[in-house]
Amino acid sequence: MEWETVIGLEIHAQLSTKSKIFSSASTLFGQAPNSQACAVDLGLPGVLPVLNVEAVNKAIKFGLAVGAHINQRNIFDRKNYFYPDLPKGYQISQMDIPIVGEGEIEITVDGEVKIVGITRAHLEEDAGKSVHDMFNEYTAVDLNRAGTPLLEIVSEPDMRSAKEAVTYAKKIHSLLQYIGICDGNMQEGSFRCDANVSIRPIGQEELGTRAELKNINSFKFLERAINLEVERQQDILEEGGSVAQETRLYDAVKHETRSMRSKEEANDYRYFPDPDLLPVEISNELMASIKASLPELPVEKKARFIAQLGLNEYDADVLTSQKSLADYFEATLEDNEKNAKLCANWVMGELSALLNKNQLEIDQSLVSPQALSLLVTRIGDDTISGKIAKDVFKAMWEGEGSADEIIKSKGLKQMTDTGEIEAIVDDTIANNTAQVEQFKSGNEKILGFFVGQAMKATQGKANPKLLNELLRKKLS
Amino acid sequence: MSIHTKTIAQLAQGLKNKEFSSVEITQHYLDRINKSDLNAFITVTDELAMQQAQASDDKIASGNGGILTGIPYAHKDIFCTQGVKTSVGSKMLDNFISPYDATVSHHLNQADLVMLGKSNMDEFAMGSSNENSFYGDVKNPWNKNKIPGGSSGGSAAAVAGGLSCFATGTDTGGSIRQPASLCGITGLKPTYGRVSRYGMIAYASSLDQAGPMTKTAEDAAIVLNAMAGFDEKDSTSAQQDVPDYTANLNDSIKDLTIGLPKEFFSEGLDDAVATEVMNAVKEFEAMGATVKEISLPNSAYAIPTYYIVAPCECSSNLSRLDGVRYGYRCDDPKDLEDLYLRSRSEGFGAEVKRRIMIGAYALSAGYYDAYYLKAQKTRHLISEDFKKAFADVDVIMGPVSPTTAFDLGSVKDSVSMYLADIYTLSANLAGLPGMSIPAGFSNKLPVGLQLIGNYWSESKLLNIAHQFQKQTDWHAKIPEEG
Repeated sequence: MEWETVIGLEIHAQLSTKSKIFSSASTLFGQAPNSQACAVDLGLPGVLPVLNVEAVNKAIKFGLAVGAHINQRNIFDRKNYFYPDLPKGYQISQMDIPIVGEGEIEITVDGEVKIVGITRAHLEEDAGKSVHDMFNEYTAVDLNRAGTPLLEIVSEPDMRSAKEAVTYAKKIHSLLQYIGICDGNMQEGSFRCDANVSIRPIGQEELGTRAELKNINSFKFLERAINLEVERQQDILEEGGSVAQETRLYDAVKHETRSMRSKEEANDYRYFPDPDLLPVEISNELMASIKASLPELPVEKKARFIAQLGLNEYDADVLTSQKSLADYFEATLEDNEKNAKLCANWVMGELSALLNKNQLEIDQSLVSPQALSLLVTRIGDDTISGKIAKDVFKAMWEGEGSADEIIKSKGLKQMTDTGEIEAIVDDTIANNTAQVEQFKSGNEKILGFFVGQAMKATQGKANPKLLNELLRKKLS
Repeated sequence: MSIHTKTIAQLAQGLKNKEFSSVEITQHYLDRINKSDLNAFITVTDELAMQQAQASDDKIASGNGGILTGIPYAHKDIFCTQGVKTSVGSKMLDNFISPYDATVSHHLNQADLVMLGKSNMDEFAMGSSNENSFYGDVKNPWNKNKIPGGSSGGSAAAVAGGLSCFATGTDTGGSIRQPASLCGITGLKPTYGRVSRYGMIAYASSLDQAGPMTKTAEDAAIVLNAMAGFDEKDSTSAQQDVPDYTANLNDSIKDLTIGLPKEFFSEGLDDAVATEVMNAVKEFEAMGATVKEISLPNSAYAIPTYYIVAPCECSSNLSRLDGVRYGYRCDDPKDLEDLYLRSRSEGFGAEVKRRIMIGAYALSAGYYDAYYLKAQKTRHLISEDFKKAFADVDVIMGPVSPTTAFDLGSVKDSVSMYLADIYTLSANLAGLPGMSIPAGFSNKLPVGLQLIGNYWSESKLLNIAHQFQKQTDWHAKIPEEG
């Protein structure tokens, strides 16, 4: 049977506020255990939560960026369950009326544009961390993370492959950084994904029973975990079994998913409105001021790159896929917009290759956008050829100086003096009479040989266009 | 007139005139507490009290004292007090020394008050008789075989029994007004949001409100001045200016319109209590007030509504008491579930467990709409009844409790006990301010008159109560000792 995969994602994005969502304790990562947990985070008797408005502003920002409906009156609820890293015995979250309602986002997979629906996004507090392997026989609890603001972004089950799911997750990840509400650091848990995965026979409208995959902390694992789960479900269904609705934990080391809890074991969270917090009221003025503060969104930037810079769809998509990449590219355009296409090629070509080879991120590049811009300018004004530029770029990467310094010190400036080139062309023709005969007898391809010889004689510095013209003229 | 029968206003005058020092009056109260068998205190903070008294005397000597400087009081053991055990009447927090001060505690410290100790209470403020305390029953100073009322029973007994000049209380369903009524003192539950709940251990967050328990309305006004105010640590506290609650005590009440809800005078109300309440109402008429019968048609739903809302909230509020970070932990838990199960089973008393169970049940999937949501709707209807009533009347009067104090151990089933709150619950559900003032006696036991005012009308209530206390001396009666 042919199966169709159906995926929905729940993304937990940590909002980059200085203090926690309901207390004034710091959200700084990597501090000594329990050093950033105040009375409120510890859930001492008598303490009360006070909402951090920065978290609200950031959630609104996200909502506006995905064209979502903002619930201008939204409610915090308590989600009740017992766990040692949940100090109050309930998590403050949003159930019936989340801050962000329905929205959507566009993704491009294999050249095809697809819209993924966003069901909702709500604010909640993170739990602490249970550490099981530090003390013999004991579990340690670190409450530094307790109360960190999270935005849980829930998608519609609109994705049909692991690849689409990853593309969507990357798109959200990128958008959050564009609008400056999440640092996106997946190692530190600032961006976490749960995937709801089910399969159904192609053509069937009704959804299959889903499994929720948890504990996925990289895009690579997201793709692997989904593919693994799809295989598992197919095996079950093809053997006549049925998929159980359950939560499964992905183990990246063993590359397997295993059951965490079944539907029957699922908690009854006994949600109800938190009586310690008032409904959140968002004024039209606040909405307007946040809207005005939104930076250019990836989709807008992409359109501008195409319309204003003449980039093609693919290049514009790649260059806007990450905020840091787009920032770098735009920095190379300063006073250099006429070479935009060339800049794009260099950023996506030579630069990306070197970054990949050295496993560096774009913001760790050893060549600054300004330095690259100068190099591209020198190609554009015929100071050097594109081929020579690659050597100059390598030298720049090695820290040998600016493009101009390297061109000068290595004497790489392109030969553009017709007389000078003409002399070399004459020499080349005089020294290769046999090949001249071949050319004259109709072997046009031999022209490349002359170009090569002449280039060699100029150490590659001859302007290729001039050289070609002169050779052709002299040989005929 | 001895020290322990004096009001705050009288003690403040005496301190100012150097008739006695704060150290002397504090020692006087500590001696009385020491000899008392009322069991009104869970913790007596004698050393701290003497330090505070000495500091107060210094302050008075330097001319920097305020009206409350050096006045000894009892603080309900529901308010967190830094460095002092805060047990909330429960075995669960018997070992809990609070690392921080509640906002109310902070305000009272700022006012240079002298804390004599932490007063006894029903466990987690759940109860109407103070028989649910881990620290034992509190006795009614008027008759030691009787209950003092609850949950602020220790506070009421301390004030009535001359063990403190005044006390703090909290009122979720009547826990200030009912014990004030049964012990013959003045108690005020302010409008919800008037006093910060930060550091006041939560029972039912949307209903809990702290207030003063005093000998007179004037004293209640003085204490409320110190307790009230917006607190940025409590999102439900109101950003509303705090007037001087003593400013209008002497306003005339001759144009007052009093509403008597017929539902408060129906079946179940003790005849003698009804008589005393009506005598008090007549006293107001004699002072020029007009009396009108009104109706609060949904008040019959107050008990079922309250006993859904409060348990739902408490089932969640008390989840943090899990034996993990502080409080009682069972011996040798064999795993996490055992730790939770036994710590909570052993640490909580029967009534607390009962309400947690009711609340968890009412909130569970499939029951939420039928119970919690329904209760929210009736709660709204109850508030609407009051809104309509206050279009016609300035204040609502009636009994606080259907009977006078009953015998310790005499009410055995929960439902009968819950009925004791029948007249007080509505004000909490609507968030309105309410008072109990002494209005007579039946069988040598005090009877209280309840006043319910519109939102933020504390000044008016205190004015009405003060005018009544100028005409009567019920508030000045003290129990015989011996």
